[in-house]
Amino acid sequence: MLNIKNLHVKLEEEDKQILKGVDLTVKAGEVHAIMGPNGSGKSTLSYVLAGREGYEVTEGSATLEGEELLEMEPEERAAAGLFLAFQYPVEIPGVGNMTFLRTAVNAQRKARGEEEMSAGDFLKVVREKAKKLKIDADMLKRPVNVGFSGGEKKRNEILQMAMLEPKMCILDETDSGLDVDAMKLVSDGVNALRDEGRAFLVITHYQRLLDHIKPDVVHIMAAGRIIKTGGPELALEVEHNGYADLLAGVQ
Amino acid sequence: MALPQAKQDALAARIAGLSFAREGWLGAARAEALARLSAMGLPGKRDEYWRYTDPAGLTVAEAPRAAVFDASDERPLFDGIDRLKIVFVDGVFDPAASDDLRLAGVEIERLATAGGADIHWARDLYGVLEGRGQVPVQRPLAVLNTAFATDGLLIRVTGKAARPVSLIYVHNSDTSDAILHHCVKVEAGAEITILENGPAAARFSKVMEVEVAEGARFHHIRAQGRDHERRAVTHIFARLGAGALFKSFTLTANGVLTRNEAIIELNGDEAVAHVAGAAVGDGNFHHDDTVFVTHAAERCESRQVFKKVLKNGAVGVFQGKILVKPGAQKTDGYQISQSLLLDEDSQFLAKPELEIYADDVKCSHGSTSGAIDEVALFYLRSRGVPEKVAQSLLVLAFLAESIAEIEDEAIAEDIRSRLEGWLARHEH
Repeated sequence: MLNIKNLHVKLEEEDKQILKGVDLTVKAGEVHAIMGPNGSGKSTLSYVLAGREGYEVTEGSATLEGEELLEMEPEERAAAGLFLAFQYPVEIPGVGNMTFLRTAVNAQRKARGEEEMSAGDFLKVVREKAKKLKIDADMLKRPVNVGFSGGEKKRNEILQMAMLEPKMCILDETDSGLDVDAMKLVSDGVNALRDEGRAFLVITHYQRLLDHIKPDVVHIMAAGRIIKTGGPELALEVEHNGYADLLAGVQ
Repeated sequence: MALPQAKQDALAARIAGLSFAREGWLGAARAEALARLSAMGLPGKRDEYWRYTDPAGLTVAEAPRAAVFDASDERPLFDGIDRLKIVFVDGVFDPAASDDLRLAGVEIERLATAGGADIHWARDLYGVLEGRGQVPVQRPLAVLNTAFATDGLLIRVTGKAARPVSLIYVHNSDTSDAILHHCVKVEAGAEITILENGPAAARFSKVMEVEVAEGARFHHIRAQGRDHERRAVTHIFARLGAGALFKSFTLTANGVLTRNEAIIELNGDEAVAHVAGAAVGDGNFHHDDTVFVTHAAERCESRQVFKKVLKNGAVGVFQGKILVKPGAQKTDGYQISQSLLLDEDSQFLAKPELEIYADDVKCSHGSTSGAIDEVALFYLRSRGVPEKVAQSLLVLAFLAESIAEIEDEAIAEDIRSRLEGWLARHEH
């Protein structure tokens, strides 16, 4: 599904290398977790994959089902099946959540040569999916993320994911700012989407999210590289011992 | 103080070709206005009130040529709204294209034929609110309008108007120079919506004097047409009684020069006045909103909401003032003027002012100019929304607060669709 090879990325504006040769392969149906200390490049990796400006790829490649992602515009990546759940979902005053969702769903369908969803069908689907995430009608009507609590914003990200049905989902610290109940709601939302044809890359600081969203593979990222890969037990190890031992091992 | 010779000459040249109707009460009001105009002369760019907008195109003797624009690729604005249509072509009433002027709850007379008739209410309004609006700042172009308007409508609303009254201004001649003056009196408890649309003329001067009596409601929505080359100066003078409501929204897309002034007096307690505008300009576009709201009674509310989207060297101006007179306690005044600059060539000039002589009031104002929010743009694109669509969504979102001032949802939707059309034509 997702194939990252020797990815080197620096900041566009300054001479600062953030990713220094990331290699990662995620197969369809798998859930991978990336853990790592602050500043290790986890969020940069997610932004670079989604196509945010401000980064320069100096070496390497990233493909989604064989297609080179890094050459595409952000909207083309989305239409190709990539989805990034933001660590800090953006507030957009003046754009209704529902309008936003419908515009996005139909834009992707159009880009893939599919028929647009009718207003009636869309409403039905969105209401049903929103209900599962405990997103009420009022939240759907309000401007995108404006006045939403931290938990509401994250649930709104998962709702977008559920509506867009991407193949490759990247969750960037989706657990940050969530209380236990919200974490459960969000995790249930993610787990409901687990499917043979879909893959997840879950970026997190803490093991606790991985109690709810059980990963197949866990990677530890530090200083712009993946320094260790293992099974779910690796996350527990980090939880108990911190990153210090792992970091010492590679330095 | 005598006017300098150069100013006298400029004024003489400007009014030389204009017709001056002397008959009846209207003739007297015009003569009085002409006397005032002769004392003040025309505005010049050195006047403080015209610091950001050069009035030359509005004051030269001949109207600068303006090509007629063919807007037939869009269906006419307000097409789906059930309304009474009154059409002016280059400032001349067109009876064939207009509906019958009878409307339940409303009396409508033409200014051109009203001079001889004894229309008491109009005598108390014509040139009167305009005259009151000359203090503390002179507005000579409005005085000129009072003296020389060739036509207009006298609208008296006695009940709830059965339908909106829709004034349609057609521009058909490259050199037309139209001067129209309307008076609207909304009697106590009555209600009307007035729609205006169209570019009107190569050069258009319009004054609307509006008296909103106790508990009456006045809604005004206008769109100034798509002509690129036209010039316009418009004034709305409004006076509100206790509990009255006044709401005015203006959409301006294109036009080389537009100066829209709104002068509003809140004279009765608990009156509410909202004046809003959305302006979008690409290239040779200069748009000036000049607003003066006076709070002269208690517990009144006023809002000024002006948004501008500018690109390719377009210029936006906002001069807005809230004056709170002594004793106007519990005033709630709000003013926001914002521009979205889509490139680095465009300009927004703002002069927000508050002048407050009462101690128990709430007034706020804000003025900003900025570019499209890149983070929001990326967020939308990351969900698959193409860049141009995402940009349009954000531009409309920026304008939303001003459009929200339109109460009627069907009319608001019509205005929104115009903006979408403009954005689609001007994306690159």
